[in-house]
Amino acid sequence: MSKKVVKRLKKELGEKVILETSEFRGDEEVRVPLKKWVEVATFLRDDEKCQMLLCDLTAVDFPEREAEGEPRFEVVLLARSMELKHRVRVVTRVKDGEACPTLCGVWAGANWAEREIWDMFGIRFDGHRDLRRILMYEEFEGFPLRKDYPIDRVQPLVEYRDVDDTLKLPPFGIEEGQPFARIDWEERLAGRDEQVSPSIGLQQGQRRSLSDSDAAEEEARELASKKDEPPAEETAAGA
Amino acid sequence: MEPADEILELDDEALEIPADPMRLNMGPSHPAMHGTIRMVLDLDGETVMNVDVQPGYLHRGFEKSCERGTWAQVFPYADRLNYVSPMLNNVGFALAVEKLLDIEVPERCQWYRVILGELSRVCDHFTCNGASAMELGAFTPFLWLLKVRDWIWDILEKETGARMTHSFGRIGGMAAPPTDGFKDDVRAIIPEIHKVVGEAEGLLLKNRIFQDRMQGVGILTKERALALGVTGPVLRSTGVAYDVRKDFPYMTYGDVDFDVPVGTDGDNWDRFMVRMEEVRQAVRIIEQALEKMPDEGPVNVDDPRIVLPEKREVYTTIEATIAHFKLVMEGLKCPKGAVYSFTEGGNGELGFYLVSDGSGTPYRCRVRPPCWFNLQAAREMLLGDMIADIIPTFGSVNMIGGECDR
Repeated sequence: MSKKVVKRLKKELGEKVILETSEFRGDEEVRVPLKKWVEVATFLRDDEKCQMLLCDLTAVDFPEREAEGEPRFEVVLLARSMELKHRVRVVTRVKDGEACPTLCGVWAGANWAEREIWDMFGIRFDGHRDLRRILMYEEFEGFPLRKDYPIDRVQPLVEYRDVDDTLKLPPFGIEEGQPFARIDWEERLAGRDEQVSPSIGLQQGQRRSLSDSDAAEEEARELASKKDEPPAEETAAGA
Repeated sequence: MEPADEILELDDEALEIPADPMRLNMGPSHPAMHGTIRMVLDLDGETVMNVDVQPGYLHRGFEKSCERGTWAQVFPYADRLNYVSPMLNNVGFALAVEKLLDIEVPERCQWYRVILGELSRVCDHFTCNGASAMELGAFTPFLWLLKVRDWIWDILEKETGARMTHSFGRIGGMAAPPTDGFKDDVRAIIPEIHKVVGEAEGLLLKNRIFQDRMQGVGILTKERALALGVTGPVLRSTGVAYDVRKDFPYMTYGDVDFDVPVGTDGDNWDRFMVRMEEVRQAVRIIEQALEKMPDEGPVNVDDPRIVLPEKREVYTTIEATIAHFKLVMEGLKCPKGAVYSFTEGGNGELGFYLVSDGSGTPYRCRVRPPCWFNLQAAREMLLGDMIADIIPTFGSVNMIGGECDR
């Protein structure tokens, strides 16, 4: 079903990229080095004879490989083409603590899949804009799908969260109820760790999104340093 | 007469409506949403400016639980993935393990699985469409559709012993052969399904409120749907005729004649219509399968290493007792390797990526839940719509918590 794809990958990308190929029960698998992960995915997507789309992205933990000096995790990309009706499985090996490059730029659908892998295996994804836990809660300790995570492990009770710790914004956090007046958001949020919704951002010449927490922190810091300079209206006009 | 401004002594600025955006938490437990999910919304007036969809409230550790039992013990878990159409998950998992073992079930079993699976699909689509209509205030179609779903469940109960979570699939066959009156029961229900689909459509499609709430709402473009990995009715509503049953036929789907309905706009209306048409196509498949399914013949593969021996044998012969004991206590041994097997579930491509290390326990059992990718696309459907549109849009995505959160 997908022998052609494997052949084409070998021909176009060479042996330095396609380290190993195998076939089991009609499923073709190719192993690629971590550095070429995005390149291979982009090739699969753009090549005319591949036209692959993301089907699934997952990981498998092989802790015993660590003793042999091999990377511990295997990140698995399942790609398929709806047009050409073929499939291929691409795997790469990732060491514990090593980051895997993100595929979000290739297929937008990789976003949640990568978040889940981070949540379940603790594999970081380089360049992922929003690497939060997705199925587990923030306070969860450990990564449940690792083989060294015992299935009967008891998690500590999570303390009741104060309002400040949640992602809530005003009017729920700072001031309860709907304020029926203009609020100077710049001043109110300066130096705070909270995020501003894009609609506020547009008004005030900034652009932040809910998911962009790193950028929000950075901008909050910037805001704090700029606090002495008054011209908030000018930036609004610029937007 | 003096202008109102002068009477009230207001300047222009004071008359402007305050436009502070509002952050609103919807869920995890919300009466208008069928599913435990949290949405954090940024609202500008009533318009959704940004939304963060947060699943995970129904996470039960499916994949972790699979790694500690035998292969056969996964079936009850698989049932509870998409609990609206459990038979499809059951069969999907059975097919995955059978691919790992490189066996094929007898023809009679394949047709039996097709019929039960398509009945489940009818239930799934009825539930989704009925609930969508109910959330928009149309309660009658909901009850209409669920009435027939209940009759289908009667058939499934007769076959499997349970109405909802059947746990009826087995590796290498089914738990039991079809009952004597199975074909007659299914034939009796087919006109009812046709009737109720027509009635529900008659009640809804000309309804102005229903049209306004569904048409042009929650639009997902073809390009974005493909990039986001969306499958199933949600993808087909955008105009891509991708159906695993058609494109990668499994079991006996290659031998039956059916069409893949597609939409044009990818809005709620198209998703509703695609599901309704799929019910009709499912009935077409059932009709043909009933003709082609042999009345006699084995259902399970003839291999004592895979299938449990008959109970009568277990109690009377030592060989069967040992085989039974070994299969239950140690589990069947799958050869070392990894396979990805996929079927068309109620919501799209339901895949199982199984890794076996040669022991009786799955080393890794990854489910590719169709809901997961469909729900990811929900954000793009909701952006720019009104807050009230979240309900029909979320309803037509048909997020099933058990499958999405696993």
